[in-house]
Parts: sequence; C-alpha cells; structure tokens
Amino acid sequence: MNTNPADVLVLAQGGGAVTAVTDFLAAWPDMWPSLWLGTQDTVYMVLWATVFSVLFGLPLGVLLVATDKGGLIPAPAVRAVLSAIVNIGRSLPFIVLMVAVLSLTRFLVGTTLGPTAAIVPLSIGAIPFFARLVETSLREVDRGVVEAAHAMGTRKLTIVGKVMLPEAMPGLIAGLVMTVVTLISYSAMAGAIGGGGLGDLAIREGYQRFNDHYLWATVILLIVIVQVAQSVGDLMVRRLSRS
Amino acid sequence: MIDAVGLHKTYRLKKRQVHALNGVDLHVESGEIFGVVGQSGAGKSTLLRSVNLLERPDGGTVHVDGEELTSLRGARLRAARRRIGMVHQHFALLSSRTVAGNVGFPLEVSGVSRARRTARVGELLDLVGLSDKARAYPAQLSGGQKQRVGIARALASDPKVLLSDEATSALDPATTESILTLLRRLRDELGLTILLITHEMDVIKRICDSAAIMEDGEFRESGRVLDLIGTPGSLLARSLFPLPDNGGPETVVITYPRSFDEPFMSELTRRFDVDVNILGGGVEQVAGQSVGRLSVDMRGDRRREALTYLSEHGLLVEEAGK
Repeated sequence: MNTNPADVLVLAQGGGAVTAVTDFLAAWPDMWPSLWLGTQDTVYMVLWATVFSVLFGLPLGVLLVATDKGGLIPAPAVRAVLSAIVNIGRSLPFIVLMVAVLSLTRFLVGTTLGPTAAIVPLSIGAIPFFARLVETSLREVDRGVVEAAHAMGTRKLTIVGKVMLPEAMPGLIAGLVMTVVTLISYSAMAGAIGGGGLGDLAIREGYQRFNDHYLWATVILLIVIVQVAQSVGDLMVRRLSRS
Repeated sequence: MIDAVGLHKTYRLKKRQVHALNGVDLHVESGEIFGVVGQSGAGKSTLLRSVNLLERPDGGTVHVDGEELTSLRGARLRAARRRIGMVHQHFALLSSRTVAGNVGFPLEVSGVSRARRTARVGELLDLVGLSDKARAYPAQLSGGQKQRVGIARALASDPKVLLSDEATSALDPATTESILTLLRRLRDELGLTILLITHEMDVIKRICDSAAIMEDGEFRESGRVLDLIGTPGSLLARSLFPLPDNGGPETVVITYPRSFDEPFMSELTRRFDVDVNILGGGVEQVAGQSVGRLSVDMRGDRRREALTYLSEHGLLVEEAGK
C-alpha cells in the first residue's frame, strides 16, 4: 500500500478516528435514501410479523395453559402435541428455519424475495417464541383469582378474556417487546437471503462491497429502533402495573 | 338452606390416597352462621368447595336452597353458583381492576347493564363502608379493606348463601374482629346464611350459631354451639375453655350455659355442707351469651345432693372419670 506521509502525520496525532467520523457523516446524505428505504422495510416486516405473532401466538399460549392439568380445559394429549410443535419451532436456528420454509413462503406470497416474503419465516419463527412467553405470563396469574371467577359463575372464555389476560397484561406486554426485539434481529438475518431491510443493506453494501459506512449506519439505525421499541414497551408495562 | 349428605372425596397422590371427605353430612339452617373448624388437612376446604361444586365430590349430594347442585353442569351450574357468594382467605381480587371494577365483576359476567351495575356497586360499597375507595386499586388497600371488597363482591348478585374460606386468617386480630362484626351484621340485615371454615376457635366463639369440628375428613361433632357446650365430653367445650388437667377423683366440671344471678357456690357450702375448691375456669361470650366453665374440687358427705341441685338449676355437671 502507498503511504502518504501526510496521512502518517494525521494518524500520529490521533486524527484517524476524527477523519473516520467526518468521512462517515459526509457519506450520510448519499446513503440516506437507501437507508431510509431499508428502515421502512425493516419496520414493515417486523410490524406485520408482530401482528401475526400475536394473532397466532396469543391463542397458542392460552391453549398451552388451558389444556394443562388443573387448567380450564385439561387435555394432556393436546397439550403435549402443542408443546412439541412449539419446541420444534423454538429449536430451529432462524436462518435454517427461513430456508426450510421457502416453499411455504413461495406458496403464500408467490415469491421468496423481498420484505413481504420475509414476513412468513419471521412470523413462523416468532409465533412459538411469543406463545411460550404468553404461557409464562399466564402461569403467574393468581390461581385464587381464577377460582374466585369460577365461584362467581364465570364462563371459561370470559375467564380468559376478563381475568387471565388482564391480570397478566404487564407480563404480556413485556413479552411482546421481547418478541419485537427478537424480530428485529431476525429481520436482519432475513436480509441475508434477500428479505430486504437494514440487514440486507448491511450484508450487500457493508459486507460484500466493503463499505464500512453502510455497516455502521445500519448498526446505528437498528440500535435506535430497538431502543424505541423497548422504551415504549417499558412505559406501557409501568402504566399497567398495579401492584 | 344448605344440605349436604354423604359427601365423599378422595385425592390420589403419587403413592397414597387421601380421603379429604369421608362421609360428611352438613345441614345449615336458613339465616344461620355455621362454622367448620379443624386443622389444615382436615378436609374443611374441600367441604366448602363442594358446596358450590368448585370441587365435585366423588359421592353424596349437595342441595342449596332446595336445588340439587350435584346434578348440575355447564350453564345451570354457573347460574346456581351466582346465587352463592364466596369470600376467600387471600381476597382473590383482580389487581388490574379498581375496587368498583372488582365489586361489579360478578354483575358484569352475568350481563347486568352498566347503569344498574354502577348503582349496585355504590350500594355494596356503602354496605361495607368503602364508598371512598371505589377508584382505588387493591394494591393500595390494607388487608381488612381488601376483605371488605371481597365481601362486597360476594354479595353483588344478592346471594342467599355466603361461603367464607378462612376469610380472617390472613388478618390481624383487630381487623379480624371488624370483619367478623361485619359478617354478623350482614347476616342480621340481609338474612344471609353463612357457612365458614376456619382454624381459629375464636371465630366459632364470636359469630357462629352452629359449628362442626372436623378431623380426617369427618365431623367429630356438630350442632348448635350452645348445645355442644352443654354436651358432656364436648370437644368444642374443651377447646373453648381449656381447663387444668390436674383433677383428682373429686373433680367436677360445671358448665354455665348462660349467666345466672344465683350465687351457686356459696349456696352449695351453706345448704349441703360441702367444701368447694375452684381449680380453674373461665367465662366467654359464645354465640352472644355469657358461658362459663368451672373446674372444682368438691368434697363432703352430701356431695351427690349438691351435684343434683346444680343439674336441677340448669347447670351441666361432669364428674371426673365419668
């Protein structure tokens, strides 16, 4: 490598980091359009995957608790099957799961590329994750309160809706935030096989084209998104906690 | 009001069977406060839960207000349960709801309109003296206040029967007193029938008209508290009035089932020329009456006549070794 004497001087004065930061800031306007697009794709994937996780994971978590012995509708066999399915979903590394469900993705979305296609493996990965967190939160609900509801002649579905879920709400929200944060990390992996979003940018521009500025920029944006999600969640948990 | 006949319930644990209910018959009159007392594990909790079918007995029948509950299932069982209030040891309030929300819960699940609910919740909170706490959350209340909320909730759907599962066991003595007073007042004002379980003799003494002592899934004795105290060899009497166990063959235990104006002891010495030495005794308020028990050593030639005299005046005499 050709070394410019002036550069050596700057490095010796500790100016390397400063130059790097100013260079990074100078590159920001050029990177911004694709970064903004990537951010939107990431948020889009994560939000829809979150919606599906709640839609399927919440009932699954409720069923895991309800079918347990001493639950609302004890059914050990059903519970064993559900629990096994959840465990299978939880034990696959996300990147393997993503490849494994490619044909399902093609069937549902018509393509395996792009953010919409990524929603399928993201949801499948997050549903069992969220279901277990729902299960754990619901188990924390005071059994005495559930018994009291029975004594008051409450229907089982009403007990779920008006007793168990409201009583577990702080835990459920905390679980939801964990799921969102996990989804953000999964979504970056989804980028690796053409899912789009910030992960895709980091791999394509940062890794494959050796552009460190893209790498740093995506790291910063991902951190910001996770922080925002966590803070909003924490605020909700605090407002819901009554004990 | 509550008639349970031949209740059996067996739990199968890993290695052994536990007979929580071993042929229990329970009869609670309308407007009565009936207390079941026993150690933990005696089966009293299972008994209470059998009355509203939270536990389904393996055998026997339960009638509440003329309706056989043991044959009901589903919607009809839920409707029957709404006519039975229940108060819990650890209050069992919904922490996510306000006091008003908790009291209104049973009305909400039985489909009462919001306007009627609000009015009824107001009445109930008045009844238990918590009108100013309607918007507080359970975590902001003391134990006694939580139990008042629990009682208000249990009364929301206007039940005739109230089941109390160790309602005062988690409370300090002063709060216990106020909750017991409230329960008795509610019985008097609303004509409630109350079945309660407790491990505290004091609860039986303070508010119960009738009581049963439970051991190993069976009633050892049961009946009107005042009758039990007047029954020779009663476990209840012995538990309520622990007397010294140092009596010789001349020792007599005398029970005063109510308060008397006559000075019996001095009369005995004057009339029958016996020597009376008091070994121990006590006076307690039981079921609203003063009841006393004395352990005395009595000697003299006319001892037999003296004891007959006491019996004739309505006192209960138990001689040692008989």
